[in-house]
Amino acid sequence: MLDATDLECQRGTRRLFAGVSFRLAPGECLQVQGANGSGKTSLLRILCGLSRPERGAVRWNGQPIEDLGDDYRAELLFCGHANALKEDLTASENLLASAALGGTPASLDSARAALDAFGILSLEALPVRALSQGQKRRVALARVATCERRLWILDEPLAALDARAAETLAARIDSHLAHGGLAVLTSHQPVGLRAATRALALS
Amino acid sequence: MTAPSSAAAFRGIVRRDLRLAARRRSEPLFTLGFFVVVASLFPLGLGPEPELLRRIAPGVLWVAALLASMLALGRMFGADYEDGTLEQLVLAPSPLVLSVGAKIVAHWLVSGLPLVLVSPLLALQYGLPGDVIAHLMLSLLIGTPVLSLIGAIAAALTIGVRGAGVLVSLLTLPLCVPALVFGAGAVDATLAGLSAAPNLALLGACLALSLLFAPLATATAIRISLE
Repeated sequence: MLDATDLECQRGTRRLFAGVSFRLAPGECLQVQGANGSGKTSLLRILCGLSRPERGAVRWNGQPIEDLGDDYRAELLFCGHANALKEDLTASENLLASAALGGTPASLDSARAALDAFGILSLEALPVRALSQGQKRRVALARVATCERRLWILDEPLAALDARAAETLAARIDSHLAHGGLAVLTSHQPVGLRAATRALALS
Repeated sequence: MTAPSSAAAFRGIVRRDLRLAARRRSEPLFTLGFFVVVASLFPLGLGPEPELLRRIAPGVLWVAALLASMLALGRMFGADYEDGTLEQLVLAPSPLVLSVGAKIVAHWLVSGLPLVLVSPLLALQYGLPGDVIAHLMLSLLIGTPVLSLIGAIAAALTIGVRGAGVLVSLLTLPLCVPALVFGAGAVDATLAGLSAAPNLALLGACLALSLLFAPLATATAIRISLE
């Protein structure tokens, strides 16, 4: 259960948003909408605990996330604007490295299965620098599939993806929600989930 | 779901950074090359005066090692910040202090340890006797981790800053003075026929102190820089 109460975010002297509250139960997905610069990414970073809100609090299962610390981060998966990939490593090396960073080392087979699901297994041997933007994004999202976390926070997951990869991603999110997971994402396009999504508009 | 293990995260970070260094060998080689060139310029510039060279060797070699290790510091967290892996490091379930420790260990293995290993060759140019060379290596072995640890704080503070490299050096070098004094002092003492033990012990104390505080300070600095 993810609870946000009365969040306010300020960048310098400019107030991006105020009074943002929502409650997300297991199996629910929240799509944050808003114009460029309305604070979508800032909201996601606050939900992750990367930055602090000016006012308000984020709670996970009733406890403030600052108090939970590593226990909260063990439930959380964040996929930001940047792909968090090392350009000199291959796609599967990147997946294995990030699984190890999460403290739950993955096998090469599971990394390859995740790459296969996003249709990039054939590029496995190439360093990530040789891939296109969309292909890099797919590798970054394949990471989502190798980590078992309750709460997914995805910033513009559809950026640079083609229609098929977007469908694969939507299916992933659907099965995550069906298993009692939670998801918060930003997107300018409809994500095409079968599960009902709630919308949060930032103005 | 298995419980996340901090040890696995630590190993994972060290392995990834070493693999990255192996893929992109130019950066560690720059550091080593700089050390070799600077240390070799002094005998060329000062001329063949064995007594003078032997006299200045401890200080020159230590200063060269100090400057060389500054070169690699700027990129310690910079690359991770740009590609987003630093955010993932902060959001990982293992304590950030440990992850930062792993980054520092990998950094030292790539840019500190080679300096220690190549130092006997450079010492030969200065005509240092065997026991002095042994103490030079020992003092660098204890001292270069101190440079990496202190440098990590400055590198974390300057994340996302333009021209971070120079700023990192300006912040780090003054803090490295104790390591320089005790490190070069140990070699000097051996050269003068005295015991190097007091200087080495003080250098060890510097290492213990920075091991205790530098990862904590670095982790805090990263959190602030990312906010």
